[in-house]
Amino acid sequence: MKRWIAFCNILVKDMRTYYLKPPNISWGIIFPVVWTGMFFIKSGSGLESILALLPGVMTISIIFGTTSVLSVTITFERRSRSFERLLLAPISLELLMLAKTSGAILFGVVNVFVPVIIAAFMANLSGIIWALVIPAIFLIAIVSTFFGLFIAVSVSEVFEAQTFSNFFRFPMIFLCGLFFPIMSLPVFIRPLSYILPITYGVDILHGAITGEHIMSLTLDFLAIGAFCVVLFMLSLSTIKRKWIS
Amino acid sequence: MQSKSTLAFEVSKMTKRYGEVVAVNDISFSVTRGELFGFLGPNGAGKTTTINILTGLARPDAGTIGIGGIDCTYNPKGAQHLVGVVPDESNLYAELTGFDNLCFCAALYGMRKNERQERARELLATFGLIDAAHRKFANYSKGMKRKLTFAAGIIHQPPILFLDEPTTGIDVASARKVRQIIAALHSKGTTVFLTTHYIEEAERLCERIAFIVSGRVIQIDYTADLLQPVKGRNILVLSISNSESGISDEIARAFPGYQVQSTNRGEVRVESTEQIIVGPLVRFLEERDIQMTEARRQVPSLEDVFVRVTGIEAGLMKKEKEKVRGEGNL
Repeated sequence: MKRWIAFCNILVKDMRTYYLKPPNISWGIIFPVVWTGMFFIKSGSGLESILALLPGVMTISIIFGTTSVLSVTITFERRSRSFERLLLAPISLELLMLAKTSGAILFGVVNVFVPVIIAAFMANLSGIIWALVIPAIFLIAIVSTFFGLFIAVSVSEVFEAQTFSNFFRFPMIFLCGLFFPIMSLPVFIRPLSYILPITYGVDILHGAITGEHIMSLTLDFLAIGAFCVVLFMLSLSTIKRKWIS
Repeated sequence: MQSKSTLAFEVSKMTKRYGEVVAVNDISFSVTRGELFGFLGPNGAGKTTTINILTGLARPDAGTIGIGGIDCTYNPKGAQHLVGVVPDESNLYAELTGFDNLCFCAALYGMRKNERQERARELLATFGLIDAAHRKFANYSKGMKRKLTFAAGIIHQPPILFLDEPTTGIDVASARKVRQIIAALHSKGTTVFLTTHYIEEAERLCERIAFIVSGRVIQIDYTADLLQPVKGRNILVLSISNSESGISDEIARAFPGYQVQSTNRGEVRVESTEQIIVGPLVRFLEERDIQMTEARRQVPSLEDVFVRVTGIEAGLMKKEKEKVRGEGNL
């Protein structure tokens, strides 16, 4: 019980302090809207392209919602030594880092509904398989949060966290099948797509929203689940090696 | 030999390296329950590294650690519920208020909402911070930040408290308040491990003291026993205008009963078991065209013991630490 009191209070503090601040909320709305508009205009194919664009826009909302704040706040707390307060608490490192990442996961999940709500006014969403979309949203939020965590624990300075985040995030937009099918990428680039965790989440979303996916959904769920575990374990191991050495 | 049940914590043959630097070198000591134990040493001696290892923020390369009967060598989280820490820098959340910071720290130890709010109010009153309770920590003065950081360290009423330089860099009144609170906690049975470079603070507060230099504990004893060798000695400190090198040797040759030492502050320190007569010393200096601006008698203190044992001048140790803090604050 005591551990869960600590868990909930870390989560609530992070939500209040970092995530539910006006710049983050507006950013979480404006960014997906701009991307949706940009690809919608570029496609030039009218409202029927909304469903094809939706998986990509949803994923971008999650990636930017989860990684932007987390990687910066953890690096900032580490620099200001307030992170030591958490390390001194009698809770396991696993639970502590789950508490620190839960805020980002929730923020990413909430963010994703901005493009979904906008799309609902412009297209018929009745054919979407929500039983696949909802777990896919959570898995993409978890994997991109853990990706942000891994960046945060691998760098020392706030500016490094921002630079590294963008170094990975922007190429992912083009490599993970968000807007361009992986099969249309040059053959020598395709292996890169398959080592990026988001690829598998996007494939599930495409399958659930448009019915077109390139891998089996079981493989997609297993792969993204495995990435979640690996990224979290790598982050914990880096914290132990670098911060509690 | 103390029984295990009376020990608050015990360190045995502990070593910690950072690359080529040996921060802590094969140190062993134990602290009994309810004891106020001082850890004295210059900057970089290994004091903070020792606290970090004991509180689970760092791992030793060798040796064993036991806290409250729990082996924490490979399980640093094992005894964290027994331990409170006041770090050498204020490290609370800038964007939270003083009250919210204390409530959050209490929640980290699993305290329920009513319990933590009540305790936070109690501590804010104890530290004289009630009026600033709902002000953001970022807007606190340095002294207020130190006091709130101290309050956060004891929010869960830990039986063992680690204090890393708790009074450094704060005003006299705040430092006095902090010392009173340390004494009060000790009188209530809290085991206190205090690192400080203020030797007079350690002498006034601590029952037992360890001197640590370059990662090695070079002496541990009860404060009264440490002071024994300097008891009954007379000390005279002479401030001289032009302290040419070799003047201390000249005085020592001319006055064989005196032990004479030059300090880096343009002073000559004369020590003897007999009464030191000032007149002959003044004449001796005048004959050599050396002007004496001040002569003051000193009561032998722990500082004298520290200088004798470590060979490090205490005044320099203090200045060095404050310089480092000043640079850190830039």
